[in-house]
Amino acid sequence: MSADQESQSIRCLVAKVGLDGHDRGAHVIARAFRDAGFEVIYSGLHNAPDEIVQAAVQEDVNVLGISILSGAHDTLVPKIVAGLKEYDAFEDTLILVGGVVPDDDKAELKELGVAEVFGPGTPMEETIEFVRENAPER
Amino acid sequence: MSAKHADLLDELLDGKHRALARVITKIENRDPGYRELVSALHGHTGSADVIGVTGSPGAGKSTLVDKVANYYRDRGETVGVIAIDPSSPFTGGAVLGDRIRMASNVGDMDVFFRSMSARGSLGGLSTATTDAVKALDAFGKDKIIVETVGAGQNEIDIVKTADTVAVLVPPESGDNVQMLKAGILEIADVFVVNKADLPGADRAVSDLKEMVHMRGDEPTPEFGADVEGYDWTPEVIETVAKEGEGVEEFIDLLDEHHELLEKTGMLDAKARTRYAEEIRALLREDANRLVTEEIESHGGMTELVEAVYERETDPYSVAADVIAPIEDCVHD
Repeated sequence: MSADQESQSIRCLVAKVGLDGHDRGAHVIARAFRDAGFEVIYSGLHNAPDEIVQAAVQEDVNVLGISILSGAHDTLVPKIVAGLKEYDAFEDTLILVGGVVPDDDKAELKELGVAEVFGPGTPMEETIEFVRENAPER
Repeated sequence: MSAKHADLLDELLDGKHRALARVITKIENRDPGYRELVSALHGHTGSADVIGVTGSPGAGKSTLVDKVANYYRDRGETVGVIAIDPSSPFTGGAVLGDRIRMASNVGDMDVFFRSMSARGSLGGLSTATTDAVKALDAFGKDKIIVETVGAGQNEIDIVKTADTVAVLVPPESGDNVQMLKAGILEIADVFVVNKADLPGADRAVSDLKEMVHMRGDEPTPEFGADVEGYDWTPEVIETVAKEGEGVEEFIDLLDEHHELLEKTGMLDAKARTRYAEEIRALLREDANRLVTEEIESHGGMTELVEAVYERETDPYSVAADVIAPIEDCVHD
């Protein structure tokens, strides 16, 4: 490992925002990211947008993965984006959304600054590859 | 220092959270130029109290740290937390899950919580941790808590970073032979039997008290033997961190210990020991780099190993050959 010591690690925050109580998917993705060699910060269930912004800023993550199943993405994600902007953290954070998002909303989220939306059944490799290719440098 | 790093430093000293976070990232990544950055931080450090928290996995370290941070905040102090978690030796990946327990401080930016992965190497980790503590100190945090990976009984490195070390011991943590073993139990200034509402807590407390009693109150010899009046005997307390029980008593103890450190000059002695350790670590790192370069100029490790494997030479001779030019330079 000592030789790898100097290489930078991709840091991801996996966050569950809002009220839904299912975090199995978040656990699966956290584990897959870990196995891909990323450093994953898992924030637990029921996070408020503020909390996620605080975590993303302090942990200086390259990637913020937001898991939403409740359908509240169009109120919650804009709050997170605004918070990141407030701390100058928006420009170099790759924002991903995972969950059930209708196509119309997808376009809206992307316009807002979300890099990609991964729906149910997305192969894990696809997500990991996307992160590897798009994670902003630190 | 590059202009970019100089800006980052200014922003950090100016109280920008983003800059603090980025500086710690650079420290973790050993980014080119990070040494100059840390050098520049040094002049701004020296005012924070550093507390180390260690103990076996599941002892409740993060939950206790959360409550302690909250208490300090209520007192009007600002807090930095560095929480270290293990990483995979195979992929380098890690799940850093201590943040989940920081519920009492949600939305409070004046608790700066940073997760750190062990990234495989313990030696490198202690350098990175020491440097991250400097960043938090220079930022102006009053209290800095370092929470170690609770992987084993060998968390001695934390002593080198912290002024006061708390070791958490869960109830039912084994027979009292565990208490005889060297290592983690020797580094504690305060023992915390957390989850004291569980069966076995009384037993753990009495075992610890017996051990402390037998140890006497000799100050740790590695820190200035000439410090007088430092007669601290490690205390044993019970907490139920989840409910906040015992947290106040715990903090009183930390304060009391810190006062004694200050009054007796032990705090300065510790700081000096720490700087000596830091200089040695950096020199070892530099020497390592020189040695690595020498290995390359001898054809690389694979070639050297092959020659040893074929019995053309042996590891001792190879080491002597590789180090010879460096030795010559030093002795001339």
